Amino acid sequence: MAFSDSPFATGDSFMHRTDPRVRLVCGLAVTVPAALLTDSQAAWLALAFSLLLVKMARLNLVRVLNRLAVVNVFIAFLWLFLPFSLPGYPLWSIGPLNLTQEGVDLALLITVKSNAIVLSLMALLGTIPVQDLGPALQQLKMPDKLCHILLFTYRYIFVIHKEYVTMRQAMRARGFRPRTNRHTYRSYAWLVGMLLVRSWDRAERVGEAMRCRGFRGRFYSLARFDARTGDYAFLALCLLFSAFVVYLGFIRKGAL
Amino acid sequence: MSHAVIELSNISYAFPDRDNTLDGLSFHLHEGEKLGLFGPNGAGKSTMLHILMGLITPDEGQVTLFGAPMTDAKAFEAARLRIGFLFQHSDDQLFCPTVLDDVAFGPLNQGLSAEDATERAAEALQTVGLAGFEDRIPHRLSGGEKKLAALATVLAMKPEVLVLDEPTTGLSPEAKARLAEILKGLNMARLVVSHDMDFLSDTADRLLAMRDGKIRPGELKPHSHTHVHEEGDMPHEH
Repeated sequence: MAFSDSPFATGDSFMHRTDPRVRLVCGLAVTVPAALLTDSQAAWLALAFSLLLVKMARLNLVRVLNRLAVVNVFIAFLWLFLPFSLPGYPLWSIGPLNLTQEGVDLALLITVKSNAIVLSLMALLGTIPVQDLGPALQQLKMPDKLCHILLFTYRYIFVIHKEYVTMRQAMRARGFRPRTNRHTYRSYAWLVGMLLVRSWDRAERVGEAMRCRGFRGRFYSLARFDARTGDYAFLALCLLFSAFVVYLGFIRKGAL
Repeated sequence: MSHAVIELSNISYAFPDRDNTLDGLSFHLHEGEKLGLFGPNGAGKSTMLHILMGLITPDEGQVTLFGAPMTDAKAFEAARLRIGFLFQHSDDQLFCPTVLDDVAFGPLNQGLSAEDATERAAEALQTVGLAGFEDRIPHRLSGGEKKLAALATVLAMKPEVLVLDEPTTGLSPEAKARLAEILKGLNMARLVVSHDMDFLSDTADRLLAMRDGKIRPGELKPHSHTHVHEEGDMPHEH
């Protein structure tokens, strides 16, 4: 199956036992300041904190590194261009190209920040099982529609993917080979169009089935969350850290 | 005679651009009755079921459920909670991240507390032989398990009538037999719609046939068939 099914959601660590609502709030508190940082000292601190979170969630390190690799492939492209395109103090010249100190600093800052954010989200949100994510968001007073979209996307993306695979196989069975030509583009367009039509039909049938079981626009969930002292302590830790990063990265520099 | 729980009278319905229509269809299902409805593909069986659940409004005719005429959407909403409708495709019916969430969905909509709904769900799963499947992921179940889980989702609502739309679609012979066994153990009224004659004669007391948009009494006459199977030349019994 091409879709990985939440590999971090099962486990028995402090993080997995923490109230999902607390983890969601911490995720927001930790990542938003980190994303806005322009200060390298604060960024390194955020990376250190994200490693601590990963440690607390006791995630499988191989899987963590696999996921990080995907993110860093994108960042590698930045390293190709950014150090040469920013004006500043030249470190090294090759023909018309100047490698500048400012360019290297910026690329490094983005790398550190991105990795810190991805690691934090893996530890905080990746450890929430999908069946808890919807109710947790609902209890945090997120809009019902957003929660429903999330739930249905997760449930039906596999079904739609299976339909896609079946249709691809049917195309191959009739001798279809993708090439760079009009026929290929047109066939792919039809494939995507058909997937949309089928999804629409399915959505109608699912909706009807839900109405037959008394659905009237609101979900009543079985999930009962219970925030205990440990959860509040963890929340306090994340908020304190977040405040410190804001101080270090913004207030101290007079940006706020 | 017991009361009619489902009554359709003079239902007519035509799809735009399609020729399979219902034309003055009438039929009723009484309390405790096990009725089988047979009809070829495209005879309008699913359309009829959607009309009786209030998902489609007929061009003409009257639907009466549990003795009350269904005049508007509100009336249907209340009546639907008493009818267990099993959809043809289980993937349309099972939409939650876990089996437990799915089976508890109906009872929660009926206003039960989380504890009671969980208890109902466990009971329903037990009935269909899926005890212990609570935390399984619906889309990972086999076709037969999905069908039974979907049946559990409607049984958990303690319906007074079961309506099954082509319940054998895509099931293996073993899964079919298991489903028939479970149905035979349930004593509420039911309407089984299928083109699978063997399954119908196994799970219904009375058969009706649908043809040309109308319902006629089906006829079961004893007759014989020649058949083929492995080791057919050995002496055997049926």
